[in-house]
Amino acid sequence: MNFISPIFTHTQVQQCLVDTPAAAGNCAIETHDLTIYYGDFCAVRDINLHVELRKITAFIGPSGCGKSTVLRAFNRMNDLIPSARVEGAVLFGGQNIYAPTVDAVEVRRRVGMVFQKPNPFPKSIYENVAWGARINGYRGNLDELVERTLRHAALWDEVKDKLQQSALALSGGQQQRLCIARAIAIEPEIILMDEPASALDPIATLRIEELMRTLAQDYTIIVVTHNMQQAARVSDYTAFFMVDENRAGYMVEQGHTREIFTNPKDKRTEDYITGRFG
Amino acid sequence: MTRAHFDPRTLHRHRAAGIWSTLFLGAIIIAIVALGALLYDIVDESFGLVAIENRIDPASLARDGMPLETLDKAQLVEILTGHISAGLLRRLENDLPFEERDRANVYALVLERVVEPKIVKTWSLTDSLTNRAAIEAEVLAEYPQARLEFHAWINSTFIQSPQSSSPEFAGVRTAILGSLWTIVITIAVAFPIGVGAAIYLEEYASDTLVNRVIQTNINNLAGVPSILYGMLGLAIFVRGLEPLTSGAWLGAGDPTTANGRTVLSAGLTLALLVLPLLIINAQEAIKAVPASLRQASYGLGATRWQTIWHHVLPNALPGILTGTILAISRAIGETAPLVVVGASAFVALDPSGPFSKFTTLPIQIYQWTTRPQDQYRNLAAAAILVLLVLLLSLNAAAILLRNRYRRQG
Repeated sequence: MNFISPIFTHTQVQQCLVDTPAAAGNCAIETHDLTIYYGDFCAVRDINLHVELRKITAFIGPSGCGKSTVLRAFNRMNDLIPSARVEGAVLFGGQNIYAPTVDAVEVRRRVGMVFQKPNPFPKSIYENVAWGARINGYRGNLDELVERTLRHAALWDEVKDKLQQSALALSGGQQQRLCIARAIAIEPEIILMDEPASALDPIATLRIEELMRTLAQDYTIIVVTHNMQQAARVSDYTAFFMVDENRAGYMVEQGHTREIFTNPKDKRTEDYITGRFG
Repeated sequence: MTRAHFDPRTLHRHRAAGIWSTLFLGAIIIAIVALGALLYDIVDESFGLVAIENRIDPASLARDGMPLETLDKAQLVEILTGHISAGLLRRLENDLPFEERDRANVYALVLERVVEPKIVKTWSLTDSLTNRAAIEAEVLAEYPQARLEFHAWINSTFIQSPQSSSPEFAGVRTAILGSLWTIVITIAVAFPIGVGAAIYLEEYASDTLVNRVIQTNINNLAGVPSILYGMLGLAIFVRGLEPLTSGAWLGAGDPTTANGRTVLSAGLTLALLVLPLLIINAQEAIKAVPASLRQASYGLGATRWQTIWHHVLPNALPGILTGTILAISRAIGETAPLVVVGASAFVALDPSGPFSKFTTLPIQIYQWTTRPQDQYRNLAAAAILVLLVLLLSLNAAAILLRNRYRRQG
């Protein structure tokens, strides 16, 4: 059953108010009883979380706990998997993005995504950045947009002399920063990052993390990571996920990263973070 | 140097690997030998000695001590009128008046109609090279009038001449043009339909029973005997759509034939034949486009069509073109369905458009091999060489195109 109208229940509003001092106005995205199935298999169940505006939120948890599934629900990427089915609601700007009147294409335009493996288009560097803007009907000067975006992604100095060369000739870390540049070129409000540094070496990882901190001034970032130090280093908020006995993922708790890592409310979080399992 | 053995089983494993690689090498050698034998056979028939007898000795046609080759046009016309029947003369005059023909043309007519060289016996290339003395003796004994000369059956005249009832003058020009016309229509029809169907099946169709039935049927159609496509083509294009395929609807029909047995029917029939092949190959190419690319595109807010047009198709194009190469190869060598659709046995006029009568190279080859005279076997061998060259050059063009797109990607 789809949650159609974007109505806040009393408790949910309260929860939002309790957890975030600046109230609901700072919620970039939130979910209500989000449950996702792949065919008959329930991948995640009853997720109720919210994401702060212009902050970095990290999703952590053991493999198979549905972090990526939840992340992909935020820009309806799960629609591409024919067997996927979503129940509950994902509220983005107060609007349930799974309402029948909402076009997934519009959602993805406003909620960008960076994937685990760098996946630049097999085109020129310039074209990688410009393409998204062009297909979305960008009317301004593309050259300016490309330069501004690449500067923003801290990639301009490295690639300014080879904009017309193939993006595939870049190193893995550069490719991933290009993918981030590509995502911000269409000026989304939220950037989803699915283990963006897991395929990179520590130095490239560091650069990605620095970039994320810079981008957090303008964008809301949600990052899935297996690397706890990374979550501790870059994120402002953390949500911890677990798998239940039916292999369905659920959220254990969420809160300020400092709190989660130093003083978790839940025993399971503490066990996971201290490396007792997982 | 003795080899150290840390593990005594390694040697045994290497030996097993050696046996397999020898077997695979054997498979390649068998294939190469078979191909070599085929090529040898064709080339062997395409060149060789021939014994030629003239009906009239050119020396006897000399005027005032001047040999035939040096006579001017007026004298040649005179010889022609003196030696051929009035009916034939009138027909030649009808084709093109003698005043308008140049000297070379009249000279060719004199050779063809008056001197009338006739190939009385042919030898294969191997015989010609190894057995020359015996052949010379045989010619001297059996054909005292004949002269022996080395003849390349595949030559510029052979390629430029239309079909003819005498093997000395027969060529493959009409068949080459017929094949080219047919293949152009085939690809023009089959490529867009095939790629479109593949895009639908891969990108749009959901996994329903109906779509699965369609998919299975396409796979099975690729294995249907080609003669059945010929019958289908005969029923639909030649008979059913006769007003269209004969050109009557467009007022462009050839009044002498005015039926559906045209280049267009042949092209459409072959298009049906190669369609499953094209669809399956295009589907495989589209499937091979990495999912990460599609996700990247969708993630930027691209619509399904923008994703297909900007990313899926450009990346699948090399694979689609490979499939097209296979389709061209299949279509250009296809004979059976064209016999049913109505390839003409004898066409001396170049096909001028989609509504012309047609013959194609494989049909021509088939017809020549069924004739009793030895000379047609040599002509068939030469035509096979032409077909191979045509096939290779069409494929080379497609491969060049494919490589261009691959570099861009």
